[in-house]
Amino acid sequence: MIPGSFAYHRPNSIKEAISLLADLGEDARVLAGGHSLIPMMKLRLASPDHLVDLGAINDLKGVRADGADIVIGAMATQHELIASELLGSKLPLLRETSLLIADPQVRYMGTLGGNVANGDPGNDMPAVMMCLGASYQVVGKSGERKIAARDFYKGAYDTALSTGEIVTAIRIPVPPPGHGFAYEKLKRKVGDYATAAAAVLLTINSGKVATCSIGLTNVADTPLWAEQAGKILVGSTLDAATVTKAAAAAEAITSPASDNHGPAYYRTKMSGVMLTRALIRAKARAS
Amino acid sequence: MSKVQVRLKVNGKVIDELVEPRTLLIHFLREHLNLTGSHIGCDTSHCGACTVDLNGKSVKSCTVFTVQAADGEVITIEGVANADGTLHALQEGFREMHGLQCGFCTPGMITRAYRLLKENPTPTEEEIRFGIAGNLCRCTGYQNIVKAIQHAAAKLAGAPFQEAAE
Amino acid sequence: MNEMTPTAEQRTEALQGLGCKRKRVEDIRFVQGRGSYVDDMKLPGMLYGDFVRSPHAHARITKIDVSKAAAVPGVIAVLTAEELKPVNLAWMPTLAGDVQMVLADGKVLYQAQEVAFVIAEHAYIAADAAELVEVEYEALPVVIDPFKAMEADAPVLREDLKGKTDGAHGKRTHHNHVFNWTIGDKEGTDTAFKKAEVSIKQLISYQRVHPCPLETCQAVASFDKIKGELTVWGTFQAPHVIRTVASLISKIPEHKIHIIAPDIGGGFGNKVGAYSGYICAIVASIVTGRPVKWVEDRIENLSSTSFARDYHMTTEIAATKDGKVTGLRVHVLADHGAFDACADPSKWPAGFFNIVTGSYDFPVALCTVDGIYTNKAPGGVAYRCSFRVTEAAYCIERAMDILAQKLGMDPADLRMKNLIRREQFPYQSALGWEYDSGDYHSALKKAMDTVGYSKLRAEQKAKQEAFKRGETRDLMGIGVAFFTEIVGAGPSRNCDILGIAMFDSAEIRIHPTGSIVARLGTKSQGQGHETTYAQIIASELGIPADDITVEEGNTDTAPYGLGTYGSRSTPVSGAATAMAARKIKAKAQMIAAHLLEVHDDDLEWDIDRFRVKGNPERFKTMKELAWAAYHGVPPGMEPGLEAVNYYDPPNMTYPFGAYVCVVDVDVDTGATKIRRFYALDDCGTRINPMIIEGQIHGGLTEAFGIAMGQEIRYDEIGNVMTASLIDYFLPTAVETPKWETDWTTTPSPHHPIGAKGVGESPNVGGVPCFANAINDAFRFLGSTHIPMPHDQWRTWMAADKLGLHA
Repeated sequence: MIPGSFAYHRPNSIKEAISLLADLGEDARVLAGGHSLIPMMKLRLASPDHLVDLGAINDLKGVRADGADIVIGAMATQHELIASELLGSKLPLLRETSLLIADPQVRYMGTLGGNVANGDPGNDMPAVMMCLGASYQVVGKSGERKIAARDFYKGAYDTALSTGEIVTAIRIPVPPPGHGFAYEKLKRKVGDYATAAAAVLLTINSGKVATCSIGLTNVADTPLWAEQAGKILVGSTLDAATVTKAAAAAEAITSPASDNHGPAYYRTKMSGVMLTRALIRAKARAS
Repeated sequence: MSKVQVRLKVNGKVIDELVEPRTLLIHFLREHLNLTGSHIGCDTSHCGACTVDLNGKSVKSCTVFTVQAADGEVITIEGVANADGTLHALQEGFREMHGLQCGFCTPGMITRAYRLLKENPTPTEEEIRFGIAGNLCRCTGYQNIVKAIQHAAAKLAGAPFQEAAE
Repeated sequence: MNEMTPTAEQRTEALQGLGCKRKRVEDIRFVQGRGSYVDDMKLPGMLYGDFVRSPHAHARITKIDVSKAAAVPGVIAVLTAEELKPVNLAWMPTLAGDVQMVLADGKVLYQAQEVAFVIAEHAYIAADAAELVEVEYEALPVVIDPFKAMEADAPVLREDLKGKTDGAHGKRTHHNHVFNWTIGDKEGTDTAFKKAEVSIKQLISYQRVHPCPLETCQAVASFDKIKGELTVWGTFQAPHVIRTVASLISKIPEHKIHIIAPDIGGGFGNKVGAYSGYICAIVASIVTGRPVKWVEDRIENLSSTSFARDYHMTTEIAATKDGKVTGLRVHVLADHGAFDACADPSKWPAGFFNIVTGSYDFPVALCTVDGIYTNKAPGGVAYRCSFRVTEAAYCIERAMDILAQKLGMDPADLRMKNLIRREQFPYQSALGWEYDSGDYHSALKKAMDTVGYSKLRAEQKAKQEAFKRGETRDLMGIGVAFFTEIVGAGPSRNCDILGIAMFDSAEIRIHPTGSIVARLGTKSQGQGHETTYAQIIASELGIPADDITVEEGNTDTAPYGLGTYGSRSTPVSGAATAMAARKIKAKAQMIAAHLLEVHDDDLEWDIDRFRVKGNPERFKTMKELAWAAYHGVPPGMEPGLEAVNYYDPPNMTYPFGAYVCVVDVDVDTGATKIRRFYALDDCGTRINPMIIEGQIHGGLTEAFGIAMGQEIRYDEIGNVMTASLIDYFLPTAVETPKWETDWTTTPSPHHPIGAKGVGESPNVGGVPCFANAINDAFRFLGSTHIPMPHDQWRTWMAADKLGLHA
C-alpha cells in the first residue's frame, strides 16, 4: 500500500524531460497519469529511484487536426478524449473505447500516452491504435522518430521504446466519413481488463467491404493486429459465412493467458465472439 | 529521500507543507491535515473511498502523489457543504433517501456525485450508475444511493423530487 | 381539549417509534465525513505496526533475521514468535476451541500468514522496514484440495496436534481432521432412502468467499504503564467478548481493560474474531509503553482474515413419485484452512447447519459434517448470515430444484407441496430446531402472484422453442428460493461463546428532563442501531426517539453483550430493550398512580402517558413522570428511573422469505443479465421499513456478488489467486441489479415485540435464488447442477459441455 522512496522531478518542457531521463538512466520512470505506475509502486512491483512527472509539459497536451491526421498529445486524458468534439465527430471509435476503460476517476487522470506506451497487454488503446494504423511520435536523447503502432509492441511490458525515450504524441489518420467502427469489450464489470476485446474499422462501398482493419485486446502478451482476418472480409458483404471465417482467423493468432477471466480456450473463443459483434455494429454504422 | 515543499489549496485554505515525494495525497489529507473524512478501502485503486475533487476532477487520492497536486485545489467531503454552512443538497439527499449505512464509502461517493452533477446536472439513472462506477459500496446495493443523487439533482435544479414508482 | 391539543395520530407520529421510516441519526456525521473510524484515531506518541507475511502456503522457517529492519531509523522493535513466547502469546485460542499462531512458530501454514511485526514511528517507515526482514523457508508439500486432505499419505499440517486424537468437538480420525459432527436419525433416514420411490444425490459445493467490508480490520492499542490499564480501540463486532478474551490471554484483569469499538465501516462477520494484528498491537504497546496502531491493507484482509463458506455438501433427498419429500441426508466436507477459527457458538462446530431441512416438512433427516485442515487462511465466519445458514439454504434450495427436475415437476409446485404448513408451527424440525412462526404458503403464493409466475414460465417455454429453432442465443431462467433462517443466537441452554451464554443486554436511563440514554451490548457496523433501538424505546415509553441517545461499543459503559452478527441484535438486544423499558414503565406507572392518587390498576397506557381509566383528562406523561422520579417518588420507592435487562432468549427466531429471479443468459459469452429480482421477506414486526429495505438491497447485492463471481481461490501450491480487488468480484452500481422488495408479517410469538431480525436474510435467500435461476436456464437441455460462482467463463463452459456452441 505504501510505495518506496524516490526523488521527484517536474520538468516544464519535453527537452528538459529528455535531458533528465538521459541523466537518470534506468533508475528513472516517467509519470503520466500515474494510474498504471502508482498502483504498481504501491505494491512495490516497481521501485524507481526517480520519477519524472510529465504533468507540467503543455506541449504534451491537446487534441488537434493536422492535415489528414489527428494528433493527440500523450498527456491527453481519457476524460479529455471523451469530451473532445473533434474526436467525437471524426474518430468516434476513440470515445467508444475510452468509455470502456476503467471508471470515471481513473479516466480523469489516465492518459492516452500512458495507455499506449507501457506495454501492458490488458490496456485497450494499443489494439485500437493498431486498428487505426496510428503512429507514435517518440523523442529521446538521440532525437525524434516515428514508430507505427503495429510495430511498437514486442511482449508484455516490452515495447520498441529505448531507455530515456518517451511517446510525445499519437498521430492517427482520420478515417473517411461514413466509416463503420466498433470497440466490443467483454468484461466482468466496470473497471476490469478485457476478457477479450475487438476493435473494428471498416468502409463499405456498394454493399461490399472496401477496407477492414481489426485489433484484438488482451488475448496475447501484446495487442494484436488481425491483418489476415481483415483481408478475409474485404470484398464480402459481411455475410455470416465470411464473418465466421474471419473470426476463426482472428482466434488463430491469439494466445491468451488462463487467469481469473477464464481459461485460454474460452478467451480465444471470446475474441471471435467480440469480433463478430463488433463487425455487426460497425456495419450498422457504416454508410 | 529528502522532502519537498508543496503548496496547494484544500477546501479553500492554502496549505504549505514539506512532504516526501512518495506521500500519497490520501495520507497527506488524513495524516498531515487531519481531514479523516476520505477513507482507504483497497490497495489497487478500485474502491473509490478516497475520492476527492482535484482541480475540478474526481480523482482517487490514493493514486496521486501529493507533489502532483502542487498549486492545485482540492475539495474533500469536509469542504462540500454550502458556503453558509448548510449541508450540500447531496448530503441532504443521502440522508433523505437512506443512501448510506456504515458510512465508509459515503464521503467518496458524495464527493464523486458532487462532480458528477456538475458534469451532468440532469443525469438519468443509467448515467448515475455509470457515473459512480468508480465507487464501491458493500452495504446499500447502490439503489438508494441512486435515489439520493436524483434527490439532490432535483433540489439543485429547483425541481420537485419524484420518486420513481417501484 | 381543543384544536391545539395533538391528536392520538400526531402524538404517535411525534414519537417516531416502531414502524416509522425514521431518518437515521448516524447519517448526520457520516455525510459530513465526521465518522470516527479506528484509522481516524491519532494519539500522542502513537506507533505503527506492519506485518511481514509468508509467501509460502506450507514451509518450515529456518531463519529469521530482523537486524537490518531493526536498524532502520524510526523502527522501535520487530516482534517474532520468540518475543511472544515468554508471555505465552505466540499462540492464541480461537473461538472454535482450536489454537492459532499469532506469529509463525517454526513453520507457516498458509500464504500471507503473519511471521513478524515491525513497529515504527511512521507507517511509511514500518512498510520500508518490513521489506528488510529476512526470512528463510524450506518449502513443504501442501494440502489444497479438501478431498485429498484425509488421504492416508496426506502431508501433516498441524504438528502441534500430533498424537492428539481428542479435538475440541470430539474424536479426530486423521491428522488433518478437525471434528466430526453428526445430528439426526441415521436408522430412520436409511430406511426412508431404502423405501424411496425417487431420490437424488448431488455434490453441492459452496465456494470459499470473504466478507470484504469496505473498511479493513484495524486496532489501536494503548497500555498505560502507570495505571496498568489497557485500552484498545478496534473493529470489533463483539467488544465485550474481545475484552474477556484479552483478559484471559494477557492476564490483565478484566476491569483494567477498556475495549472500544467506534464507528465500523462494515463487518459482515469479518470483524467478530480476534486477529494477530490486535494481539501484536497490544503486545507492542505493552512493550513500548506507547500507543500502537495496526491497520491491514486490502490484500492482507482478503488473504489472511477469516474466509467464509468452503462447504462441500453431498446431498440426498428421498421422495415419493408425486413429490412428497420423505428423507434428507447430507454429508459435509468443511474446509477450515490451517486453524479452526470458526466464529460459532461453542457447541456448534458446524454452526446451525442443521437448519438444512429448510422450509420443508422432512419427517426424517441425517446430517454429518467433517471439518478438515488445509493450507489456507483460517476460519470460517458467517458472512452476512447466521452460522452456516447460507450453506444450508444453498444446499437445500439447489437440491429441491434438482429433485423437481427429476420428478418432472415445476420447482415452485414442489415447494408448495412440501412447505411446512401454518398450523404446524411451532414446528419441530427433524434435525432438532423449533421454528417459531410462519405462514409459508401465503408468502410463496404472494411472491408467485406478484411476479406473474405462470406467465413467466409460458414466456420461458416460448423462448426455449425459439432457441431450438436458432432464433435466439439467449436462455431465460427463473429461480425460486424459499428460505428459513435461524437467527438471534441464542438461548443459554445451547448457545455460548467461550462459555459465556449468548444473552444480550440493554440499559436505559431516563434523565430528569425526560430524555434518555440507552446502552446496548450489541455493536452496529452500519445497521442503524442508533436509530432503531430508539424507535423501540419510543414506542414502549412514549418519549420521542429524537430525545433518545443510543450508545454501543464502549465496554466500560455498555452492559455485557455478545455483539452483532448472525442477525442477533433485534432478536436478543431488541428484546432486552423492550424488557428494560417495561421495567421502567412499571415503575413509572406506580409513580403516576401516586401522583394521580389512584390505584395502579386504575391506570391505562395511551401512547405517551398513563391516564385514568374512564377519566382520560387525568393523565401523566412519561416526561412528567421522569421529573417526578427525581423530584418526589412515593414513600418507600427508590428515586431515579432506569433499568437494565439481560435477555436470555427462549428460542432462536426464524425469519423467512420467498424470492424469485428472472435471468437471461447469453450462451455465446456466458454473461448473465438479471432481468428481475423480487424479494419477499418476513421478519416479524418491522421496526423501520426504510432500514429493512436498505438491508435487503445490501444483502441481495452481496448475494449477487457471491453467486456471480466471488471466490477466494488458490492454485495447486497454495498461492491466493484472488487477493485484491483486481480479481475479487465486488460489483459496481452498473452490474448491480435493481431490487424489488415486499413483505409479509408473521410476528415471533416468543419475542417481546414480535421481531425476528432481517439483515442477513437476503444473503441467505439471494444466493440460491440466483443459482437456481441460472441452473433453470439450462435445465431443459438436461443440465442438473452447475456449481457457483456463475461467472461468465464457467457459464460458457457449461453451455459448451451441453454442445451449444457447435
